[in-house]
Amino acid sequence: MDLTPIWLTLKLAAIATVILLIIGLPLAYWLSKGRSIAKIILEAIITMPLVLPPSVLGFYLLMAFSPKHGIGEWLHNAFDIQLVFSFKGLILASVIYSMPFMIGPIKSALQQLPLSLSHASYTLGKSERETFIKILLPNIRASVLTAAILTFAHTLGEFGVVLMIGGNIPGVTRVASIAVYDSVENMDYASANAYSLILFGITFIMMVSVFVFNKYKAKSPLE
Amino acid sequence: MISIDIEKKLKAYKGEQVLKIAAQFANGSITKIYGPSGAGKSTFLKIIAGLIDPEHGKISVDNLVWLDTATKVSLSPQKRKVGFVFQNYALFPNMTVQQHLEYVSDDAQWINQLLVIGKLETFTSHKPEYLSGGQQQRLAILRAIAIRPKLMLMDEPFSALDPKMKSELIPGLKSLWDELGTTVLIVSHNPQELEGLTASEMEINPM
Repeated sequence: MDLTPIWLTLKLAAIATVILLIIGLPLAYWLSKGRSIAKIILEAIITMPLVLPPSVLGFYLLMAFSPKHGIGEWLHNAFDIQLVFSFKGLILASVIYSMPFMIGPIKSALQQLPLSLSHASYTLGKSERETFIKILLPNIRASVLTAAILTFAHTLGEFGVVLMIGGNIPGVTRVASIAVYDSVENMDYASANAYSLILFGITFIMMVSVFVFNKYKAKSPLE
Repeated sequence: MISIDIEKKLKAYKGEQVLKIAAQFANGSITKIYGPSGAGKSTFLKIIAGLIDPEHGKISVDNLVWLDTATKVSLSPQKRKVGFVFQNYALFPNMTVQQHLEYVSDDAQWINQLLVIGKLETFTSHKPEYLSGGQQQRLAILRAIAIRPKLMLMDEPFSALDPKMKSELIPGLKSLWDELGTTVLIVSHNPQELEGLTASEMEINPM
């Protein structure tokens, strides 16, 4: 059995999770503070992949990044970047597709922290940035971990978006979920079963981890 | 001298009410603030600390303007740097007693002095969830005073302390305030809470 699709999937999930951690933490923090029309619209857009058929998202990404027109053409001409049918394109699609799984738990955890925690830090002379890093972030550690695991696991299970924007190029865009589909198409049920079992095992371990971490997460003394 | 003249609308169960206060506090003085629930006592302290903005008003401390809504001046809480004791303590769940004080000051001798006054020297490695209510409240007071504030705002600061602990703590705090020249405003609904402290009084009533 060719294990390349499994490694490719794990690599894609790891890169997407790291990128989403870097983007998601400040974005979730900003969204957690107050309400505005801009925040409501942005939050709705971030949440869309939860309810939108993945093929629809994939179709729009395919159109947007096609090297024949629009942004895709500009990226191709200006920077020689082609996102469609490439691993980079898969990363971009995964980041968009899994974003609600990173933003949601972190934003919710930040909103549940008592406002007085950051207020106390401000009155002690600490900046917003220092307060976020030293007070808020350590107290939502369990939620950040949960968000990262969910993002990773969700990226592992991508199919529709990946197929639309990445296709099925062995070693480049042929991730495990595509390999399962492709094996079944070719009547190779043994390989399909092997890929499925590996994906099932990995995601099962991840989900158990989420529940274990949530059970032992630190409780606030204010609860 | 701290001079305050502010006006802030408060949301109340029966429509809106207005918090309107004009007062002056001499440097080094201690003032007890009392009034009915929902009158805006905690809001008043937060306005002074810069955590809430009033609709109208001016706050100046020793001729330095902290807030002037007419000229749109409003110093950040970081610049006002008042010692604030929150009603719910607002302790950091991720930090031990020692780390709370080290977050504020790197003066080990000062930290030890505070720990002795608050009788928390044997609990330095404890996180808030492993402290009793009284210990948490003392830590909140020590953390606020650790920044050596010129103005200290305390919201129901002794409510969880038993009379013996309170009578032992208050002289230590008083001595620190005298040493630092700190002006202290204490919100309290219990008239007996400030026994042992000579304090002037101010009443806040909703309008």
